[in-house]
Amino acid sequence: MSQNTVQPKTKNKRLSRAVSNIEPSGIRRFFDLAANMEDCISLGVGEPDFVTPWNVREASMAALEQGYTSYTSNAGMFELRTAISEYMLDRFDVGYDPEEEVIVTVGASEAIDLAVRATIDPGDEVLVATPAFVSYEPLVTLSGAVPVPVAADASTDFKLTKERLEAAITDRSRAIILSFPNNPTGAVMNDVELQAIAEVAEAHDLLVFSDEIYAELSYDTEHTAFSTLEHMRDRTVLISGFSKAFAMTGWRLGFVCAPPDITQAMLKIHQYSLMCAPTQAQHGALEALRNGRGIVEKMTNSYRARRNYIVHALNEAGLSCRFPGGSFYAFPSVEVTGMDDETFAEQLLKEEKVAVVPGSVFGKGGEGHVRCSYATSMDALQIATARIEAFVHRHAQ
Amino acid sequence: MTKDKELELIRILEHHGRIGTDVLAKMLDENEDNVNACMKKLEDEKVILSYAALIDWTKVTTEDHIAAMIDVKVTPQREVGFDEVAARIQRFPEVTALYLMSGTYDLSVMVEGQTMEGVARFVSSKLSTLDAVLSTTTHFRLKKYKHDGVVFNQDEKDRRMVVSP
Ligand SMILES: Cc1ncc(COP(=O)(O)O)c(C=O)c1O
Repeated sequence: MSQNTVQPKTKNKRLSRAVSNIEPSGIRRFFDLAANMEDCISLGVGEPDFVTPWNVREASMAALEQGYTSYTSNAGMFELRTAISEYMLDRFDVGYDPEEEVIVTVGASEAIDLAVRATIDPGDEVLVATPAFVSYEPLVTLSGAVPVPVAADASTDFKLTKERLEAAITDRSRAIILSFPNNPTGAVMNDVELQAIAEVAEAHDLLVFSDEIYAELSYDTEHTAFSTLEHMRDRTVLISGFSKAFAMTGWRLGFVCAPPDITQAMLKIHQYSLMCAPTQAQHGALEALRNGRGIVEKMTNSYRARRNYIVHALNEAGLSCRFPGGSFYAFPSVEVTGMDDETFAEQLLKEEKVAVVPGSVFGKGGEGHVRCSYATSMDALQIATARIEAFVHRHAQ
Repeated sequence: MTKDKELELIRILEHHGRIGTDVLAKMLDENEDNVNACMKKLEDEKVILSYAALIDWTKVTTEDHIAAMIDVKVTPQREVGFDEVAARIQRFPEVTALYLMSGTYDLSVMVEGQTMEGVARFVSSKLSTLDAVLSTTTHFRLKKYKHDGVVFNQDEKDRRMVVSP
């Protein structure tokens, strides 16, 4: 949520200033609106529509049967960290030492929190490429630092540019948070485009928190891990997890790969706040990495076809929409209707019972757009896009 | 159309045979004429053999629908091996599937019919009387849990929240 939507509040004495200063997620408000609606078709979900692959569920049940019910080491089972390290090397060409440079976390969510808290001091500025995942800015605020949004909006094809980034840098800038493929825009950045960002990071001595949780969901090009760029390994905190690629959102399992000084600092917070990630989930994740790759490919193929479908259908319906290269979101502009994104989403929900998420809940650059998740069945997509078309025809100016 | 797209088309059709070519075109990011042409070509080449629906018969009729798998041992014939006897067996309308197997028997014959007697009659009077057939072992199917990758009687509810991060 962007800074400027924060309303000054009368301070409740029992609550910390940091908490009083952040707003609940805009997604939450939309959830409340949509949740009670009967036969609503939802394009509002930010998670796979697949159930976790059976072999993963089975491995986790087997672990329970065998009595694996106690804590693991703080950083996570060594076997799992090794598997993560091998997977990253094999799949994304980036090696990390499982002993010192990998931590298993409670979702990528925890990894982001740890990264910020372990490296940023109160008053520091953290640049956030927006539109972005809803938790980046609040997590920066909670750590006492200041989030500085940098627009990666429609005018730059939802990519972050060197010029925009440089213009936002001050003496207090300490780090950048980026995530490509992106939630909510679906944009990806290739190695050349990322290299330009890397040069700025080096010139201004910034850390880069690179949330690569959608890496597997890159449909047209190979994913570039930020830390493989020249001179970037030492200043990159690579965040990822099992939620999206392996359809494991409810398992709450993610991981982080970073140079040892940073992981060891993150580990201090992790060991005191959470001790370790859930044990059964770790056993499931191990199976996912060892034997889940074919299934990931199948799921990705299915998302790709649905992406193609929804983008064509939205454009035909009159909403202009770019071809997103990754994640499972299409991010069309609602300009033709003359409505702002909040109004569009609310009206669409009321009139046609289709839930989409207003782009502005993801930050300033998202205004005028809505996020449509295509992680849903082809049947639902066809009905939803037909309803959107009817809606746009009624309201187009 | 590229080879990759052709394969993708085949994959989609294998499970969703009824999907319209306009929708297919969008899914493949192709124009509809190309999709139509490609499907025609695949039909001509007998890559696509038929567009069928997978039916759970237990839900629509109380009539018995009996299926049996019969393991058949045969004497292979000079020159033609198993193919000649297979060609004879596959022509019976009761036979819905026929496979050559490795292992303890040679042919696996799937037979479907209305009654158990009907199936039994087929086995005793038609199948086992073929010269090449040495022996048959009939297994009646009791229940269908999964067929062609599709799980029967699965209530797949979307348990996700309507809106989430
Ligand atoms: C960019 C991004 N990062 C992280 C997350 C959270 O992932 P996890 O379930 O691993 O906490 C999400 C979930 O929507 C996301 O979109």
